[in-house]
Amino acid sequence: MNDFRNQDPAFLRGMTQRRLGRRDAFRLAGLSAAGLALAACGVQGKRVAKPTSSAEAQSAVQQYWSGKVKNGHVDFANWPLYMDPKQPELKQFTGQTGISVTYSEVIQENASWFAKIQPLLAAGQSINYDLMVVTNGIQFSQLVELGYLVALDHSKLPNFAANAGPRYKSEAFDPGNVYSIPWTSGMTGIAYNPKYIDTPPTSYAAMWDPKYKGKVGMMADSQEIGNFGMFLLGIDPEKSTPADWEKAAAKLKEQRDAGIVRKYYDQSYVDPLSKGDIWMCQAWSGDIFQKNVSDGTDLKFVIPDEGATIWTDNMMIPKTAANPVDAIMLMDFFYDPKVAASLAEYINYVTPVPAAQAIIKADADAASGDDKKTLEEVAASPLVFPSEADYAKLRSYRNFKNTDEQKQYENIFQAITTA
Amino acid sequence: MRTLRARLTPYALIFPGGLWLAIFFVVPTLVMLSLSLQSGNVVDGFAFTWNWHSYVDGVTTYHDQIIRSLLYGLAATVIQILIGFPVAYWIAFKGGNNKSVYLFLVLLPFLVSFVLRTISWQFLLSDNGILLGPLRDAGLLPQDFRVLATPYAVIGGLSYNFLPFMILPMYVALERIDPRLLEAAQDLYASRFHTFLRVVLPLSLPGVFAGVLMTFVPASSDYVNSSVLGGTNTTMIGNVIQNQFLVNQDYPVASALSFTLMALLLIGIFAYARALGTEDVLEVAAR
Repeated sequence: MNDFRNQDPAFLRGMTQRRLGRRDAFRLAGLSAAGLALAACGVQGKRVAKPTSSAEAQSAVQQYWSGKVKNGHVDFANWPLYMDPKQPELKQFTGQTGISVTYSEVIQENASWFAKIQPLLAAGQSINYDLMVVTNGIQFSQLVELGYLVALDHSKLPNFAANAGPRYKSEAFDPGNVYSIPWTSGMTGIAYNPKYIDTPPTSYAAMWDPKYKGKVGMMADSQEIGNFGMFLLGIDPEKSTPADWEKAAAKLKEQRDAGIVRKYYDQSYVDPLSKGDIWMCQAWSGDIFQKNVSDGTDLKFVIPDEGATIWTDNMMIPKTAANPVDAIMLMDFFYDPKVAASLAEYINYVTPVPAAQAIIKADADAASGDDKKTLEEVAASPLVFPSEADYAKLRSYRNFKNTDEQKQYENIFQAITTA
Repeated sequence: MRTLRARLTPYALIFPGGLWLAIFFVVPTLVMLSLSLQSGNVVDGFAFTWNWHSYVDGVTTYHDQIIRSLLYGLAATVIQILIGFPVAYWIAFKGGNNKSVYLFLVLLPFLVSFVLRTISWQFLLSDNGILLGPLRDAGLLPQDFRVLATPYAVIGGLSYNFLPFMILPMYVALERIDPRLLEAAQDLYASRFHTFLRVVLPLSLPGVFAGVLMTFVPASSDYVNSSVLGGTNTTMIGNVIQNQFLVNQDYPVASALSFTLMALLLIGIFAYARALGTEDVLEVAAR
């Protein structure tokens, strides 16, 4: 590099000038190309028309599934901490059916998962998974609206028909389970660390209590945080109006500006809660159980008196799946009560199969020592088998009529979390 | 033949880098520019409509975050100069035969992933962690004192993460200073302070400029430090852009904000280059 200094300055100048001239030519070429590109590249969106009659829907199902055969393999995309790492259920499935399963814990967040698969599905390309698990909510609605999901052939889902709880057959976000059947459900409630909090919180008002200033964690997710604001005000989020959202946002802003909120978290709230950085936070039911089991912590999870959010993570088949028959067989397999029981024992989220409870009880009777105690707790846990009284207090996310409404909602609550 | 080769050599040398930039910088930039002028949503699709509103909406909604990002970036840059200059000076003039060892030590944290380093701050600065816990128990800190989830933690994280980018160019500039110049200054009865002020500092300025360029720009657009170490009201524009892209799928606003940030940073850099004197900048470019 230093040699440049000893070069004839005239040579240097010449090079610079020539390069500039060249750059100008590029610039011109680039600009005209850019003009073309600017005009040409819109991002494709393909809203599909909803079937207008049940006959039409039925024929769409038949059209898709006719001629599809079992291929002997399925690629399954799921979230972390949603199955025993030894995958006993999948091994059993392979033993019974001869279908091999590649299980990948690739979904961390609905929004980023959607962002990842959307361009591929829009182009009609494979996403390399035949089965995936997505939460009811904004991204699920978008997948349906864009026609990215396969309409399920319910004649291939006998276990689901026989064993799914009635509640899980009539979910508002997918009436008639046209595109999805539940993997598992969970609640969003309040978690707290009893080391710092003497009186267990029973109401959302505890999260607005100034004595916990700087020690409360809220979620950054606009649906989760919006729901907390609405529960505090006694509004049912499912039936809320834009005016309700504004009211809830005002409450949440008050909570933030009073310095009560330390931070708006994603899934990373569990560690600060166990370390004492926050004493109380919004949390998902199974996370707290799994943290206590894996790290020996003593965190608590409560469903406040005002009620809480229940959400459902659903299994579905993307329209470009290579092995849809194998995928739907695996979906149905998880509705075998024995399989559902074994899964619930490990992950401690709400199972959509009520018959699993008796099996877990029987497993508990057969077990001994610590295992017995844990299994008995799981069988009796309202977080795995909510009673009717529990369900009566639980509410779903708001379903948005269209993208404008959704955008309005997100803008209102993101103004709180991304200030 | 020889002259032709001589003429073509510079282009041949620039070709791989130029091609790389064309594919991975120019094309995405054009696509982003196009996106920023489109309107629509992810379900109905986006169409090119010369929609300037994304710029207006983006800036009116997020001007606080834009200003905050520039201020955080500036604060981090100043802190890095204050910390980095003495380090670079010491290694360049007092490092002796172990200069490369010291430089390696400066670079050592880089062998650990960026995100991991930031998360380790969470562990270190946790309210009841190994640092703050004992200090509070000893009564040296108020009960509700905290470092995490404050602007100070974010600025601290930014300063820490980009520090080597500040030290290295300053070291290069300082190392090139001929020691005989310092001797000459002393022969002419300049005090040590004046030697520094009149000889060392001006000669090191191009290094400082390069360092500022390499730290201020990434620090202002960073989103990791704010999301890991920040709390409420510490959101930087990088977080907003990430959120608009990945959570809201509002590609036009996200692209418009990216372009606005790019423009602001370029203006800032050129203003700074002007203030410092363009010759120094060219000199840096030539190195």
